[in-house]
Amino acid sequence: MRRLLAPILLAASLAAWGQSAEIANPDPKVEARLKSIAHELRCLVCQNQTIADSDAPLAVDLRQQVRGMIREGKSDEEIRGYMTDRYGDFVLYKPPFNAVTAVLWVGPALLIVGGFSALFVMLRRRRQAAEGAPSPDAARRREIEALLASDEDAKPKA
Amino acid sequence: MKALKYIVPLAVFGVLCVFLAIGLTKDPRQVPSPFIGKPAPAFTLAKLHEPQATFSPEQMKGKVWLLNVWASWCVSCRVEHPVLNDMNRKGIVPIVGLNYKDARADATKWLQQHGDPYQLSVWDNDGKVGIDYGVYGAPETFVIDKQGIIRYKQIGPITPEALEKTILPLLARLNA
Repeated sequence: MRRLLAPILLAASLAAWGQSAEIANPDPKVEARLKSIAHELRCLVCQNQTIADSDAPLAVDLRQQVRGMIREGKSDEEIRGYMTDRYGDFVLYKPPFNAVTAVLWVGPALLIVGGFSALFVMLRRRRQAAEGAPSPDAARRREIEALLASDEDAKPKA
Repeated sequence: MKALKYIVPLAVFGVLCVFLAIGLTKDPRQVPSPFIGKPAPAFTLAKLHEPQATFSPEQMKGKVWLLNVWASWCVSCRVEHPVLNDMNRKGIVPIVGLNYKDARADATKWLQQHGDPYQLSVWDNDGKVGIDYGVYGAPETFVIDKQGIIRYKQIGPITPEALEKTILPLLARLNA
C-alpha cells in the first residue's frame, strides 16, 4: 500500500502543479467556471479532446480567452456564442438542435420506435396467423384422417 | 412478400454502407468555417517589417485579396510557400500575411530564406486575431471580396490543385 501511495501522491501533486502553472495568480472562482465551460468546448487541433484536457497551444489560448471573458462578467451563453461564432457548432461537445443535427438527435429515438413497432406488428401478425388458421370442416377432417391413416399403412415395417 | 424479408435488411445494410463510404471521403480536420459570407472581422495590428505602422482590413476595401495565416514554426507553410511566391510573381492577387504566434526575428528571417510573397505581413504575436478569425492550424487562407466579405477559407496549404480548381475561378468571379 505504501509503495502505491507514493506514485499516486506524486501524480496528484504534478497534476495540481500543471494546473496552477498556466497563470500566475489563478482566481479559484474563475478557474472553477473555466473548468465547467472548458469541458464543453472542443479543441480543434486535437479534435477528440476538450480545451480543458488539451495542452495544445490553441487550447491554452482559448482557455486564456475564456478566463478573460469570465472576468469581464460574460455569461456561459455569451462565451459559447463567442466560440461558435468563430469555430462553428463543431466546437461544442454537445451539438445544438438544428436542421443539420436533427438526424443526429432524433435518429436514435426513431430507430428505437421503428424497431419496436416493427417487432410489435410482426408478433401480432404471427399470433393472428396461428389463431386464424382455418379449422377444417367435418368432410375435410375425414379426408385428412384417411390420408393420415393410409400414410401410416405405407410406412415400411421395421 | 416473402422476398421482402430479405430485401429490407439488405436495403438497410446498403444505406448504411453508403453513409459510411461518404464518411470516408470527408476529412474531419476540415471544419466548415462559420465566416463564409460574413464580413471579415476588423483588427488593427502592427506590421511585421514596420512595427510602428499598423494595418487593418478596411484598407483593402475595393480589392479582392487573400489573408494568409503563416508562421516560421509552421511546417505545412513551407509546402505552400512556393505556390504563394508564384502567385505573387504572376501578380494574381494581393496577399496579406498574418504572421501567427511567431517571434518577429524568426518571421523576418524565414521570409528572407523562403521569399516574401506578401504585400505586407501583420504581426499577431499573441494569436488574438487568429482566434477572431477562427484559426486553428496554420496555414489557413481567407479569400476576401471587394466589400470585405469572406468568400472562402482554405484550411491547410494552398495546393496547386486547390488553386486551379477553387481559388482562381473564385477570384475571377469576384473580380468580374
